[in-house]
Amino acid sequence: MNQLEAKFGDFGGMYVPELLIPALDQLEAAFIDAKDDPAFQEEFLSLLKDYAGRPTAMTLTRNLVSNPNVKLYLKREDLLHGGAHKTNQVLGQALLTKRMGKTEVIAETGAGQHGTATALACALLGLKARIYMGAKDVERQAPNVFRMRLMGAEVIPVNAGSGTLKDAVNEAMRDWSANYDKAHYLLGTAAGPHPFPHIVREFHRMIGEETRAQIMEKEGRLPDSVVACVGGGSNAIGMFADFIDEPDVRLIGVEPAGKGLHTKEHGATICTGSKGILHGSYTYIMQDQEGQIEESYSVSAGLDYPAVGPQHAYLADIGRAEYVSVTDDEALNAFKLLARKEGIIPALESAHALAHALNMADEAEDGTIIVVNLSGRGDKDIGVVTKILGEEFNG
Amino acid sequence: MDRYSDMFSRLQNDNAGAFVPFVTVGDPDLATSERIIGQLVDSGADALELGLPYSDPIADGPTIQAASIRARQSKVSTADCFALLARVREKYPNIPIGLLLYSNLVMASGVTQFYQKASDAGVDSILIADVPLREAKPFLAAATASGIKQILIAPPNASDETMALIGEHSSGYTYLLGRAGVTGAETAAEIPAAELVAKLSHYQCAPPLLGFGISKPEQVKSAIEAGAAGAISGSATVNIIAQNLGNTEAMLTALDKFVGSMKAATARG
Repeated sequence: MNQLEAKFGDFGGMYVPELLIPALDQLEAAFIDAKDDPAFQEEFLSLLKDYAGRPTAMTLTRNLVSNPNVKLYLKREDLLHGGAHKTNQVLGQALLTKRMGKTEVIAETGAGQHGTATALACALLGLKARIYMGAKDVERQAPNVFRMRLMGAEVIPVNAGSGTLKDAVNEAMRDWSANYDKAHYLLGTAAGPHPFPHIVREFHRMIGEETRAQIMEKEGRLPDSVVACVGGGSNAIGMFADFIDEPDVRLIGVEPAGKGLHTKEHGATICTGSKGILHGSYTYIMQDQEGQIEESYSVSAGLDYPAVGPQHAYLADIGRAEYVSVTDDEALNAFKLLARKEGIIPALESAHALAHALNMADEAEDGTIIVVNLSGRGDKDIGVVTKILGEEFNG
Repeated sequence: MDRYSDMFSRLQNDNAGAFVPFVTVGDPDLATSERIIGQLVDSGADALELGLPYSDPIADGPTIQAASIRARQSKVSTADCFALLARVREKYPNIPIGLLLYSNLVMASGVTQFYQKASDAGVDSILIADVPLREAKPFLAAATASGIKQILIAPPNASDETMALIGEHSSGYTYLLGRAGVTGAETAAEIPAAELVAKLSHYQCAPPLLGFGISKPEQVKSAIEAGAAGAISGSATVNIIAQNLGNTEAMLTALDKFVGSMKAATARG
């Protein structure tokens, strides 16, 4: 039986083959054991500080918001080593891998950010990494494939299905089913079967904790809203976790509306999806009437996923967090604005959160404080954005 | 009517084990699939294990994934599958029919409704690849309510606690995994230690059928010698379909030969 709560209300759970239950139980036990072990905590904190660069800065934007009495802060996860928040929890899980006496790591990646974070942690800690990536994504995200290989990871293109993140997860789970004795599945987001949503949240919780401390220092009070993008939902749950019990802080998750919610080309799972099971978890998913999983779409590969972490599904259902959506075009506009006005190039994922926060700031009352989790930097997106906006900047 | 216990008593009289082929319903299309399933029975299958096409089959290797993809390309829906199953049931009133599928297909129509539809189509058992015992409660309840047997999986790494739970809840048969990993003929099954079979019997689990990696008559023979009540062969059967797409007659002939040789290997002693 589980030692930690495996569900958030009805959401979450462990919908995996019986064969994988012992491996998930072993992971849960290792996590609980590590949590109470000062030596583990010390190593994790020291890696976060001295290797990854925590705490990350919090930046008050100077030029983005027209109303001088509304403050928009950015939590700068883009400054973390690896270029995104992903590094936090990967370091945690890589340490757990060693603690369990395993020598190999299996991971999936969409845009390549989680794969890159996994590759760097495995290089650092002497683990052998193999990373499944949809064949289409391998093509779209060539620089990240190069980075992963440079750091010694094996990148395995997945041709099955649509050749994107969902199919890479399927393949990683298949690999894990055969190799759980020596390999850890280092899942990249706060989704999947228990205990992953719990572990990933706890290893990203410092995002919200630092935000709280930084905003208290700068403003002497909590923010009115924290805003984060939601694909699987790891950066958002990391930002939300420390504020869930603060009813005066609005928690806002921003999903990808792609080409519009009226089209089929989006990934707004909570906003438009229905309840079901994907990759081991009961949550909101994109599916047809008979339960076949549908393809998601977003200009941002990191948000292009047809399910969402079960705790987000729960926070939405109980009304504690609000989930909205932002289109490709709105996100691209925010991407340009942040570069032009503040000299920061955000990840396209994070640009979704920013786009919504900018709309909020326009309508906010004087004195409002909003924090956006700027979950990653945009260097990885230059290729994609060049294709879309190339004309505008070429001469 | 309990078609599984009828089958096991008949086999005991015959001094033989069961051979159970697996195919995906609707692979490669509905009409061909109906002929394939009929052929499996006519060639001597003791029971049928049938998959429903699904978009994300995480417990399946490339061969059975490809079967799902072919069926879905032929626009086969779950409703079509139930209609086909009802026709198979009409034609073969006594053969046990088991479904092997993924949880979201069940959730999408509602657990109770799904089991009722399966029961109405003449299905005897349901195995859900991604529902472990820990999540099985609502499915077991629906199974009981609709007269369907919920098939449970005994993996090679199962703890005594898991085995005891299987003993408590199993009916029909127990799906004994021949090895870790996903379905596929590429990696052969390991013949279960007599110890594992003995443990299943100690906990009074339903008779074990060995599956995953069974592609040859010798394996069927060894499985039965090791104490299994029979063997299930999926990827090897589906491979024959994949290799004969576009030539249904050759496909049916090859299936006939395959099932015949696998069934022949079930004789005890």
